[in-house]
Amino acid sequence: MNDDITSASTAHPAPARRGLGAIARSQMRNIAPFLTLIVLIVFFSVVSPSFATLGNVGNILTQVSVTGIIAAGLTFVILCAEIDLSVASIANATGIAVAYFTLQDSYVNIANVPVPGWVAILLALVACSALGVVNAAGLVVIGIPSFIMTLAMMQIAAGISALLVRGQIAYKIPALISTLGSGSVGGIPCIVLVAAFVLLLSHLVLTYTRFGRYVYLVGSNREAAENAGVNVKLILGAVMVISAVCSGIAGMLGVAHFGSAQQNEFDTYLLDSIAAVVVGGTSLFGGRGGIGNTIVGLFVLGVLNNGLDHVNIDSFLKILIRGLILLLALIINVYAQRLRETSAD
Amino acid sequence: MADAPPPILSLVGVSKAFGGVQALQDVDFTLRAGEVHGLVGENGAGKSTMMKIIAGVHADYAGRFLLDGREVRFRSTRDAHAAGIAMVHQELSIAPDLSVAENVFLGTQITNRLGMVQWRRMAQEAESLLARLGVHADPRQQMGDLPIGMQQLVEIARVLFSGARIIILDEPTSALSPPEIARLFSALRHLRAAGRSIVFISHFIDDILSIADTVTVFRNGRKIMTVPAADTTKGGLIQSMIGRGHAELEESYTNDIRLAAPAAGPVVLEADGLCLGRSLRDVSLSVRAGEVVGIYGFMGCGQAELARVLFGKMTPERGSIRVAGRRLRRGGTAGARRAGVAFVPDSRRAMLFHQEPVYKNTSISILGRLSRLFLKPAQERALAQRQIEALRIRPPRVDALLGALSGGNQQKVALAKWLTYPPKVLVLSEPTRGMDVGAKDEVVKIVHGLKAQGLAVVIVSSEPETVLSMADRILVLRKGELVREFADEIVSKDRLLEAA
Ligand SMILES: Nc1ncnc2c1ncn2[C@@H]1O[C@H](COP(=O)(O)OP(=O)(O)OP(=O)(O)O)[C@@H](O)[C@H]1O
Ligand SMILES: [Mg+2]
Repeated sequence: MNDDITSASTAHPAPARRGLGAIARSQMRNIAPFLTLIVLIVFFSVVSPSFATLGNVGNILTQVSVTGIIAAGLTFVILCAEIDLSVASIANATGIAVAYFTLQDSYVNIANVPVPGWVAILLALVACSALGVVNAAGLVVIGIPSFIMTLAMMQIAAGISALLVRGQIAYKIPALISTLGSGSVGGIPCIVLVAAFVLLLSHLVLTYTRFGRYVYLVGSNREAAENAGVNVKLILGAVMVISAVCSGIAGMLGVAHFGSAQQNEFDTYLLDSIAAVVVGGTSLFGGRGGIGNTIVGLFVLGVLNNGLDHVNIDSFLKILIRGLILLLALIINVYAQRLRETSAD
Repeated sequence: MADAPPPILSLVGVSKAFGGVQALQDVDFTLRAGEVHGLVGENGAGKSTMMKIIAGVHADYAGRFLLDGREVRFRSTRDAHAAGIAMVHQELSIAPDLSVAENVFLGTQITNRLGMVQWRRMAQEAESLLARLGVHADPRQQMGDLPIGMQQLVEIARVLFSGARIIILDEPTSALSPPEIARLFSALRHLRAAGRSIVFISHFIDDILSIADTVTVFRNGRKIMTVPAADTTKGGLIQSMIGRGHAELEESYTNDIRLAAPAAGPVVLEADGLCLGRSLRDVSLSVRAGEVVGIYGFMGCGQAELARVLFGKMTPERGSIRVAGRRLRRGGTAGARRAGVAFVPDSRRAMLFHQEPVYKNTSISILGRLSRLFLKPAQERALAQRQIEALRIRPPRVDALLGALSGGNQQKVALAKWLTYPPKVLVLSEPTRGMDVGAKDEVVKIVHGLKAQGLAVVIVSSEPETVLSMADRILVLRKGELVREFADEIVSKDRLLEAA
């Protein structure tokens, strides 16, 4: 099999006699984000001496870890041509839940329910899975479009967070979580290892398992999948739960990483994680792309965010630049889809 | 007819390759004003490709293209439209979420001077245009809710009445009933009398001979011959299409056919009193192992719904379905598949993944057998390779994108997946739609092979030939009711048509 992680999930070994141009056209979705990444790395390395250092590479890796875990789950959802807007809220609620079940210092004025650390973690995982199940039920049982359903969930999860902390900030979390979120082994931050593990596992599931194949096929033609006897509802439900659980894990580790649990602390992660998936080239129309693409997308955003801090420009301009890059990626995404459709007719 | 009406369109030495596949090689083609030009050839012969060049879909080809004697090169379908060329594609290209009226006027909406769409006028005109083809549909209805035959007619209406002077119809009749085809033909004769030129692609040689003035035969990307329709016969056409003697194929199914004696196997599929709105009224049937039951009826008589109900895609309001004695509950299609029912729907779009390679298309329904925790790609490909060879699918590569296969080859892929791990019951809806004579023959062989393996096969079709060539027993469906059963007796196409 093709083991190149950036293309294995989407590339079909190109027919031998096809021209280079045709290959480039059909692989546009994989090539463009990768080129963008190279260009950004080269650019920042040239303009800033502090960018291409080992220490900064570590920074970038750490900075993209939480987004990476969320984006891994979101990749499943987007491959099915659905969307999950509740990822950041669920992350926040799960992070707060794990703190809620941990004994806080007396000055933190929260009516929390302390339980042993592993129970707290378990309860938090149950909580995020439950929110995922609600998303899934709304989508496949009631038939609410995922865009609307998860928009509602975004509010619901935010409400749960608000009720649990009531405007306070919690600091204490189970030891395991703080190790995973803020510790390190052999100089490598644990959170980076966890993110790498989650992404790798997702890649294996998507590429080498039957479930993964179904995810791609449901995304590329839902009706055909149903006619072939695939339980489309089960697959769609499963991806919503996977997305919620990934968000929950990211939420717990994020709380450890930031050192506190409070309301609205994950707000920027919704956009970042969607952007990572889409910038990487996974099709919003489903069926194309994969974890390899998501990893490239993560680094494009990570390098951009980090690199802009190394050059001396107006911090307000940075926001605009990020928006423009995102727009460019979306244009490429849609354009690549069209190219592919015409080349395969 | 005048002796030599002037050519309005000619292709000279046109070639087109898709990567390594030579779809067209040095083809000359001439279309005259006021003629219906029939185009025949095996699946993958290059018919659609040539028409797509004319319609501006493929801009990248070698050779010359003359329109009214002047050389042109279309960059897009828009250019072709502007030059008065319109095409109905082999695959339906309708907008299922828009209304019927909007589909009739897709791209050419009627607007007033302010540029506002005139809905009422559009609806009225759509209704009257459709009536000219004998279609009585509510123009406000959503396109996707119409049966597939009606959808096809709406699309045909859009192109026929778009004002184009060159009209290309790529297998337009595949979903139409005989009366609908007759109305289409009379509309085509009117257009011809008005001086329009029509290209008509079909695998139904009888249709070609009855409507076309001139017939061109393709084989393997080359033009074999162009002859006046009056100077050729069905046998002659098939001979030059396939390029080898094929005596048994010439024998069409207009002759009497003796149905086989009843099968002795156990009853595998049992449907009892199925009701579904106005589509199915108290339909009961049973199918034994090793038996092929054909269900024949005109398009829209409920046969599509029956197939869907049998496969768990639709839930009947009343009635029950048993597979090997076990009642099928509301498990959707996945439940039906687990019970051993497999389904090949009538639309290729609804069963194939055009952007995926062939091997993923053939393996989807049997992944359970091809994987444990992980998929087994080597086995998956080997299996696909065997299936490709068994069905002679072209191009013979497991990695070819499905969308790059010709229509008939796609259909073979759709059937291929049931060969290796046969289900208990196979429900085929219009299994030979869009297939050339030779390929149809192969489908017949496939079905006979499956039957020999002890499958219960249900074939639902509106093509009498399809049912007659495969079924052991034929049920005739009319307006949702089973009205006639032919078993262990002599039938013919005429008697089937009569019963429907
Ligand atoms: N978009 C495409 N990309 C690659 N190959 C293609 C494409 N379209 C057609 N081909 C190839 O070109 C050849 C001719 O195909 P074409 O669709 O013209 O056949 P056809 O005569 O219309 O057959 P059918 O009766 O099955 O519709 C086939 O081998 C097909 O696989
Ligand atoms: Mg064709």
